[in-house]
Amino acid sequence: MKRIITVTALVVFAVVGTAVGWHRFATAAVPAGTEQVVHMTAKRFEYTPSEITLKKGVPVILEITALDRDHGFKIPDLGVRADLKSGEVTRVRIVPDRVGTFAFRCDVFCGDRHEDMAGEIVVVD
Amino acid sequence: MTRHLDRREFIQLAGLATAGVAGVVFSSGLRGVSLAAGKGRGEDFMFLQMSDLHWGFTGPAVNPDAEGTLDKAIAHVNALPHQPDFIVFTGDLTHTTDDPQERRKRLAHVRDAVGKLKVKRQRYLAGEHDASLDRAEAFKEFFGETHYTFDHKGVHFIVLDNVSDPTGKLGDDQIQWLHADLGKLDKEAPIVVLTHRPLFDLAPDWDWATADGAAAIEALMPYEYVTVFYGHIHQEHHQMTGHIPHHAAKGLMFPLPAPHSVPKKAPIPWDAANPYRGLGFRSVQSKNGGDDYALTEWAVEKS
Repeated sequence: MKRIITVTALVVFAVVGTAVGWHRFATAAVPAGTEQVVHMTAKRFEYTPSEITLKKGVPVILEITALDRDHGFKIPDLGVRADLKSGEVTRVRIVPDRVGTFAFRCDVFCGDRHEDMAGEIVVVD
Repeated sequence: MTRHLDRREFIQLAGLATAGVAGVVFSSGLRGVSLAAGKGRGEDFMFLQMSDLHWGFTGPAVNPDAEGTLDKAIAHVNALPHQPDFIVFTGDLTHTTDDPQERRKRLAHVRDAVGKLKVKRQRYLAGEHDASLDRAEAFKEFFGETHYTFDHKGVHFIVLDNVSDPTGKLGDDQIQWLHADLGKLDKEAPIVVLTHRPLFDLAPDWDWATADGAAAIEALMPYEYVTVFYGHIHQEHHQMTGHIPHHAAKGLMFPLPAPHSVPKKAPIPWDAANPYRGLGFRSVQSKNGGDDYALTEWAVEKS
């Protein structure tokens, strides 16, 4: 099952399945269907890739597959979070509207090195 | 009559305390240092807070005495000249493991170890290392429920569980339970809240927060004499949310750095010149029947 979480300031949710999510990233809605797709995997205790470079203003869907168990995906500075269900693909749509480095991490405790499960999104001009 | 410490006084005391001065006495209150007892409060008492035992952790660079530190702390507690009325353990009694049998083995060890304390009246909280991988199933087998209340000499204690849910939430049911419990109390009732994670957003990107902790703080706000004690961050820390002081305790396995003081959170390496530095436990002396508390920090070993 695919789950889509749309992340825009205008609360344009495009949700399929049981996804739950919210956002605070973009300042304007961008038409769906024009997004760059970034495939990611999540497993204890890493995201792959763990560093993602995005271009400001270009909408992106992070398509994250949880390989081994439930995880979380949270970008605290942006108010973005999603549950990643084991064996499922969760789609998180974001529109990077400002340059910077934004840390993301798993916020569902998953074991001894849970706190290492983190990465960064770098938004460039 | 009540004297209110101003913010500068609070920060000075907090700075002294976080500097790691052994045995420093820290007055917890910004709002509750009564100069005269009254209001029909109960008699004063003392309890201990022990936290973050992390039994089962291994890492010689961080704590080469991982199997001996707890016993040393227990010996120190037993040697205190004044024994506490009771002892609270604010979570992470064990270090996490994927193996359910090993988890139970570690919990059993802690149960037996704390059984050597002279003070038999003990209260336990789970930490995420104890409870988040099995929603506290094993923890409950050894230490009972994960959220509950008890009363002691006129003070109402509320134990909150923000770890059984692996997302670090209290959850709607527990928040409703909290509201129902508080609803039975007078607004001037002395209340102590015990949790593992901080209820406020100390450092959410370091997992030092409770996802829905703001709802608990909001529920507590109407009550005048509330003090929160928690663990999780392996260091002393003192912060106010409105009139409510929150006090984090040191751990008994490894210290962690101050919030956002380093790029990546990691245990502070063992200091051979100062063994057990950053580890310890705390005594909490109620004053004026629970209007306020004096905190004393104790090292692992008796000096």
